[in-house]
Amino acid sequence: MKFAIEEKKLIPAPLLLTPQETYPISKLNLLPEIPLDSSFSFNSQLQHYLTGKQLLLDDLPFSLNDIQQHYEKGYLIYRKGIERVGDKNQCLRCGTKDSRWFAEFPCSRCGETCTYCRQCLMMGRVSSCTPLISWTGPIPKEEVPLNLLDWSGTLSPGQSEASSRVVTAVNQSDELLVWAVCGAGKTEVLFKGIEHALTQGKRVCIATPRTDVVLELTPRLKAVFPQMNVASLYGGSEDRHTYAPLTIATTHQLLRFYQAFDTLIVDEVDAFPYSIDETLQYAVKQAKKPHSALIYLTATPSRNWQRECRIGKRAFVTIPARYHRKPLPVPKFVWCGNWEKRLAQKRLPANLLAWTKRRLAANKQALIFVPKIDSMDKMLPLFQKLHPQIESVHAEDPDRKEKVMRMRNKEIPILLTTTILERGVTFANIDVAVLGAEDQVFAESALVQIAGRAGRSAQFPSGEVIFFHYGKSEAMVRARNQIIAMNKEATQRGMLDK
Amino acid sequence: MSLFADQYCLICHGVIDPVISWSSVILPTEEMDVCKSCQQRFKPLCGELCRGCGRVLSTDYRSGDQCFDCIRWEEDAEWGGLLAQNFSLYEYNDFLKEVIATFKYRGDYRLARVFKPGILKTLESRTFDLIVPIPLSEERLYERGFNQTEALILEAGLQPTKLLSRIHSEKQSKKSRSERIHLPQVFRIRDTDSVPLEDKTVLLIDDIYTTGSTLRHAAKVLQEHGVYKVFSFTIAR
Repeated sequence: MKFAIEEKKLIPAPLLLTPQETYPISKLNLLPEIPLDSSFSFNSQLQHYLTGKQLLLDDLPFSLNDIQQHYEKGYLIYRKGIERVGDKNQCLRCGTKDSRWFAEFPCSRCGETCTYCRQCLMMGRVSSCTPLISWTGPIPKEEVPLNLLDWSGTLSPGQSEASSRVVTAVNQSDELLVWAVCGAGKTEVLFKGIEHALTQGKRVCIATPRTDVVLELTPRLKAVFPQMNVASLYGGSEDRHTYAPLTIATTHQLLRFYQAFDTLIVDEVDAFPYSIDETLQYAVKQAKKPHSALIYLTATPSRNWQRECRIGKRAFVTIPARYHRKPLPVPKFVWCGNWEKRLAQKRLPANLLAWTKRRLAANKQALIFVPKIDSMDKMLPLFQKLHPQIESVHAEDPDRKEKVMRMRNKEIPILLTTTILERGVTFANIDVAVLGAEDQVFAESALVQIAGRAGRSAQFPSGEVIFFHYGKSEAMVRARNQIIAMNKEATQRGMLDK
Repeated sequence: MSLFADQYCLICHGVIDPVISWSSVILPTEEMDVCKSCQQRFKPLCGELCRGCGRVLSTDYRSGDQCFDCIRWEEDAEWGGLLAQNFSLYEYNDFLKEVIATFKYRGDYRLARVFKPGILKTLESRTFDLIVPIPLSEERLYERGFNQTEALILEAGLQPTKLLSRIHSEKQSKKSRSERIHLPQVFRIRDTDSVPLEDKTVLLIDDIYTTGSTLRHAAKVLQEHGVYKVFSFTIAR
């Protein structure tokens, strides 16, 4: 679609009464600003649909006339979808500037050659002639009931300290990193802060990389905030257009938001490879209000973030101990020789084999992490000779969920896996091994997460973690040091039982 | 630093493993658009093909070198003989379905390039006077932003002749075979003056051959305007 500028207003080409020069929005240098006409009686449906969002015309079930009228009264804005600076493009929805994500096509909407973004294409195509539409009118008023939080659990001392730091960050619109070890109970740490925000009429969002986590968090938060409207957003969810004071979304869904949240909580910041991280940072910046609280949750901050914490450049709070007050299992390193070569001869490293046999004999379940799918495929028949019920799982395995379930039901004695099970899954009483821990897919954060699978439950707080390797990597050493440091801090702060 | 800039697969966006040889050092490298593993998920139509529609012939659905569907078409007084032959590239499996959906419904124009080598290979030994894209209605064209069949022709480096226009109707994919065949004519010739059609051979381009009804409706209009022979090409069969 193209626009003309008439009396300092953008007019969409289909609404022009007289023919005149029109342009794709990305070719307009200055987009006029229109003051809010408070006497205008706006459409509250459109308000609920659009508040805090950046949507495409195609996403809006309202007539162009209706939309334009709200624009002319200052209740919404048209922004550029693609910005061109020199010969560089940027997608203003997902933030990418990398030229490989841009392509051109002869566009029948504007009749020109349009540039579009392929990175966020699945959320509807943003091209040079596509406006992003956002609400600039008053936000919907919500009645806030008293006694929002319905939760009778208790916090560990570590959780309790983190919880009050979160409350302060929420109240002062600060940034805070909550660095909580695997099994510390980080969700509970958020409850008080969320309650404070909601009571003040603030809009809150919890963003997490995986849909599974959105599905797991939604009922938990609905249960502790029974009177609040909670929107649950992921690819294909039904709540897409609900306006809610509390939103739980995949980080990907943040791309549809614009200056929406007073408190944004980002879970598992480290779960992304570096390249996606930039998109995430952009999405976070867009989705929160300019003056707002930003809370990051992770068990494994990046090297860079750890350094910023050490030198005092990043506000953070640690929860170094698990809820059950037992130390984290510290990984042991065991050299296993050239395991890939052995595998080519259809043999497993002797010490891994012995380790596995001991688990089977003792009837103790275990996860064995493997760097690549193809080596896992070669290994599985060798392991199945020890026990026919041994299984393997990877990201594209159609039976992934079912196998995890069977592992939970103790029908699978030992499960081989890629890094797909490194986080988010809890099995009550398991040991953990990594084969080929030196492989570069096992970054420091991955190894800390993997070690964090063991000793999760209060009944079985210990578990063995072994890294079988063919030459120690720096990541292995750093991961072990990080775990030892957390245990030490927990001891010093009196958070562990003797 | 790498001598070769990374190339990314248009379908899965992963890095394409570069093939480094002496010729790639000396000569400018051919741009790679699809990685090996995505390419392998396309299933080319091979073996014995129906001489009418180009599908792979199965033992219980054929008579001679034609499938039963084509025999039915050819025996029909109104529709027989309209379409000389159809050529298709791949089986319409789940993978291709997804690629085509991203291409035409999500509007990822760049994906047209994925099919360039296949289109050029199929057409290399044949000549046609005009290559005509199956058109979209005005409404649908605005909605999608481009016509996918025209994109296929342009991105293959060929010249489309936009002879046809289409009257807006319900989406084809929501109709049954018999509903599709007994549709009123949805195509029109845009302007007959500019391009002489007498005795011309035309190649129609579409994305999917399902029942062959769309292509035959288009072929009918063309033949009514003097076109000598109509062939067709589709990505999926």
